Amino acid sequence: MLASLKGMVLTLTSVFKRPVTHQYPNQPRPVENRYMGFPALTWDKDVGEPYCTSCMVCIRQCPTQCMSATMKDNPLQKEGKSKRRKIVDTFGINLNRCILCGICVEVCNFDAIVMSHEHEMSVYERNGDRVDLIELLEMGKRYQDKTGWIPPTQLAKAKKEKPAPRKASA
Amino acid sequence: MSAMENADPLSQTHHVDLMLNMGPQHPSTHGVFRMLLRVDGEVVVDAEPHIGYLHRGSEKLAEGEQYHQVVTLFDRMDYISNFNNEWVYCRAVEKLMGIEPPERAEHIRVILGELNRVASHLLFLGTFGLDAGAMTPVMFSFRGRERVQALFEAVSGARMMHNYLHIGGLKEDVPDNFHSLMNGLLSELQADVEECDRLLTFNEVFVARSKNVGAIDLQTALDYGWTGPCIRACGLEYDVRRAEPYSIYPRFDFNIPIARDGDCWDRYFVRVMEMYESLHIIRQALKEMPEGPVMAGARRLIRPPKGDVYVRAENPRGEIGVYLVSDGTDKPYRVKVRPPSFCNLSALRQLVKNAYIADAVVILGSLDIVLGEVDR
Repeated sequence: MLASLKGMVLTLTSVFKRPVTHQYPNQPRPVENRYMGFPALTWDKDVGEPYCTSCMVCIRQCPTQCMSATMKDNPLQKEGKSKRRKIVDTFGINLNRCILCGICVEVCNFDAIVMSHEHEMSVYERNGDRVDLIELLEMGKRYQDKTGWIPPTQLAKAKKEKPAPRKASA
Repeated sequence: MSAMENADPLSQTHHVDLMLNMGPQHPSTHGVFRMLLRVDGEVVVDAEPHIGYLHRGSEKLAEGEQYHQVVTLFDRMDYISNFNNEWVYCRAVEKLMGIEPPERAEHIRVILGELNRVASHLLFLGTFGLDAGAMTPVMFSFRGRERVQALFEAVSGARMMHNYLHIGGLKEDVPDNFHSLMNGLLSELQADVEECDRLLTFNEVFVARSKNVGAIDLQTALDYGWTGPCIRACGLEYDVRRAEPYSIYPRFDFNIPIARDGDCWDRYFVRVMEMYESLHIIRQALKEMPEGPVMAGARRLIRPPKGDVYVRAENPRGEIGVYLVSDGTDKPYRVKVRPPSFCNLSALRQLVKNAYIADAVVILGSLDIVLGEVDR
């Protein structure tokens, strides 16, 4: 009896606390900076082309084989605007197969793929989650604009030249 | 006896045991587990567990994946304690290759692993309360678990399937505000655990539902191969972190909580005490955490030498073992997992015999099984 009362008191005290729950669809929960949503392709704004050269590294390293890509000669390279000799022609990801492990991002040598913050991807058709190059680049652009993305190799280079002092541990 | 039988009018009637199918979609089975109960009135006469509904062939799949890809499979085995599972696999490959992860990586692994243990036990606390008829604690325990998962998201980018521990260290360093995040989380988590503890542990109804229910003696439990909190509830002070210290655990000061009777309440209580110990370990690890790199050795191409290795670790559910055979290629030849909850589950038939149906639910809950790991 006493124990039940104690429990009731504890329950009653939490009535007056601020709720920790989010009213999710109406009140979106912000994701963390490192959040791994569905993969997306990045856009090189300086040149005006995707970073991806279709080198197939991510495709070979993917544990679920959810991606496919083809390559073409880069027309911008012939005009002298770009350094990339080859460029992505088509790129497809079956997001139903993707397990969001982030291995593709780790192995990419060209900063071409990122884990975007997209996670609301419900669709009406069975294969509605297959995305092509255009959609992937759109997702990537949204991610780049939202987070102010800087290519990781560029970051690493900057760090090497001028090692930033690490924050002292609290 | 015969006089009593005569007095009971039911004894004269023709009487058949009832076969009751519990699961695989029953809410108290914590996943897809099916128990075929033969009941006599309200008493379970016999029980036949059926497993395999969540079998995904993880061990076989691992043979077709490269070493660094297998981590994703281990994430999905015991999906309540992902970090601990990744950890034991990474340790197996590291042992085979002779890699020592850097100090900082080891500290972060301990912190995340112990946090995962707290999150896992909080989930157990809530669901065990539900099994025993207490509806409130699950709300409180999920609040605490949610905080841990928010930290995991900030650190690894995923709430459950992290793929953060890599062979030879970690995927990347923790975020710069890790210490402030952790300090905030630890005080909140301590309060959460204490609140859940206060709410449930010595509640009269809860104790009546779980004390002296599903008791097992130490020898039988050992024969079934029990490990983890379940065997500690029987009175054996056995913890892999002590028995065969790995990583940097010998440096930390922590107790191994044990209980005596080996019943459902003891199994619950050991887990609650373990949460406090885990928080204690995290505080020590956080204080000692050095600066430095978080990755050792080659990251991309992992090709361990020929040979085999067995590595074990303390999962929230018990002792997890990984037997890894390498044939010198970039894919493992064989990955065998010794799942703790599978071994603990093996005693279920004996435990639920002669118990009430309502108690069978409590007993199953007290074993804290994860079907993803039982079936693999």
